[in-house]
Amino acid sequence: MANFKKATSIKDWLNQRLAIEKVEKVMGSEYWIPKNINFLWAMGMVLVITFAMLLVSGIFLLMYYQPNVDLAFDSVNYTIMREVDFGWLWRHVHGVAASVVFLIIYIHMFTGIYYGSYKKGREMIWISGMLLFVAFSAEAFSGYMLPWGQMSYWAGMVITNLFAGGSLHADGFVEWIRGDYVPAQAFLGRFFMLHVLLIPLAITGLIGLHFAALRIPHVNNQDGEEIDFDAESKKYLAGDKAGSKVMRFANDFMSKDMMVVGVYLVFFFYLVFFNYSFAMDPVNFDPADGLKTPAHIYPEWYFLWSYEILRPFSVDLGLILFAFAQVIFVLLPFLDRSPNAIAANRRGPMFMIWFWLMLSNMIVLTAMGKLPPEGIYSSIGFVSAIVFVAQWLALPFITSFEKKV
Amino acid sequence: MENNSRRGFMGKAFGAVAAVGAIGSLVAMKKSWDPLPSVKAAGFTTLDMSVYEEGKMVTEKWRGKPIFVLKKSLQLMKEEETNPEAQARNIKIGSDNFMLAIGLCTHLGCIPAFRDDKNDFLCACHGGQFSASGLVTKVPPPRGLDIPPFRIDGNMLVLGEQGPEWKKMKENGVTL
Repeated sequence: MANFKKATSIKDWLNQRLAIEKVEKVMGSEYWIPKNINFLWAMGMVLVITFAMLLVSGIFLLMYYQPNVDLAFDSVNYTIMREVDFGWLWRHVHGVAASVVFLIIYIHMFTGIYYGSYKKGREMIWISGMLLFVAFSAEAFSGYMLPWGQMSYWAGMVITNLFAGGSLHADGFVEWIRGDYVPAQAFLGRFFMLHVLLIPLAITGLIGLHFAALRIPHVNNQDGEEIDFDAESKKYLAGDKAGSKVMRFANDFMSKDMMVVGVYLVFFFYLVFFNYSFAMDPVNFDPADGLKTPAHIYPEWYFLWSYEILRPFSVDLGLILFAFAQVIFVLLPFLDRSPNAIAANRRGPMFMIWFWLMLSNMIVLTAMGKLPPEGIYSSIGFVSAIVFVAQWLALPFITSFEKKV
Repeated sequence: MENNSRRGFMGKAFGAVAAVGAIGSLVAMKKSWDPLPSVKAAGFTTLDMSVYEEGKMVTEKWRGKPIFVLKKSLQLMKEEETNPEAQARNIKIGSDNFMLAIGLCTHLGCIPAFRDDKNDFLCACHGGQFSASGLVTKVPPPRGLDIPPFRIDGNMLVLGEQGPEWKKMKENGVTL
């Protein structure tokens, strides 16, 4: 038995039992952040806050939503939107956050690529982050099924059909996923479960892993400088705050983090109150109808780039390239053969071009994915899809020629 | 040393129990996701084939899926004479000829729309096209529209049952 003394205060009482001072140091005041960073380093906190808003708004929606094919549509569009006081707020926060969270994830990802934050011991940060991207994609898709509108139904039809594996014709497998020949009650029930329990559970666990992966290598900095965190933190604690290259996470860096979050929240609630319709597809305000395909089916904007890689090819090749696009980002730390873990603009012209071409090509793919698959748009999408694949195949070669800076 | 081997045995014994339990649970989980008996039992639809008008595409419903039924005109039958692939898909009931197919694009399952003026099907999702006989005229669809299992019973057609005509089509690779 440990030696417990009569407590002198509530804090001391807790400290003896839970070591709260130690925990506070490990998690906050002695968790060290480099000083040489910019606002892009706040995206992690922006994502945490957005996830919290999704969770809270989701809890309120969950109390009135009915996971039944006959009731789901009205429980969302009538009960929640018209009867529940402030029901519209939860729905619009949930819808807007589900869309904006992907914008921030993409910024977070491309910041990591630009500054080389996936190398030299930071591989697990990158891999856990990409697993989070996959989990968020599954969460977004399963949530999109729930209002049971036309887009819900047909997106469910098209995406589950992907699992037939093209020429493999695994129709039995598709029917197993759906629990029916077409998306119906069994399908809605299981995707409801996935959306409100299993995937959020997985996301929470992965967030824990993502944070844990940060502890040993620490956060990267703008110059990719390898900082001796032990020496620099000793310097800081000895009083040389200006000379040290690091600062405390809480409350020092966090105050800047929350400043960025504040600006973000103003933008976010501007969207929620005045411009939410971009996250609410008008087609999904028609109830699901298995005998009528909407004239033009497209996914939400954040899936368009990979959808466009699927679209211009015959079914098997399209599926293979689609699968390639889904997993290839995970392998980035191993495909990048360069010894440099620094910002793209200092790694020589090859990687610099690679980075900006990748970013702009994905924007082109996104735009083409939204347009009907006809004429010039088909051709641009086709070329862009090939450029995307070619860039990834070229990456190990162009980076292995890179000289050590 | 003695303790280690005893712990090793206990570890292996637990591993064996856990493996049996894990396999059992996986079987139960897999089966819980299977289509329910009520869903499977509702998988039959009977169509009266004498009510269709020539040249007019009608959409029926079977297992929640749209079924295209087109009673073929003499002109279409003539066009098909030079196309054995199209002829192989033909369903003859009495003196009438029908195009019968599951109305879902074989690419990713959208419903192609019938265009009366061009007498063909266009899928809006990815731009695939099918002829009035159900054959692909423009990719990405990998094959013609699938023909649902059917059995001919006089003037009636039972969807979901495998009659000799359908089995022959399947053997010849006309449908999946």
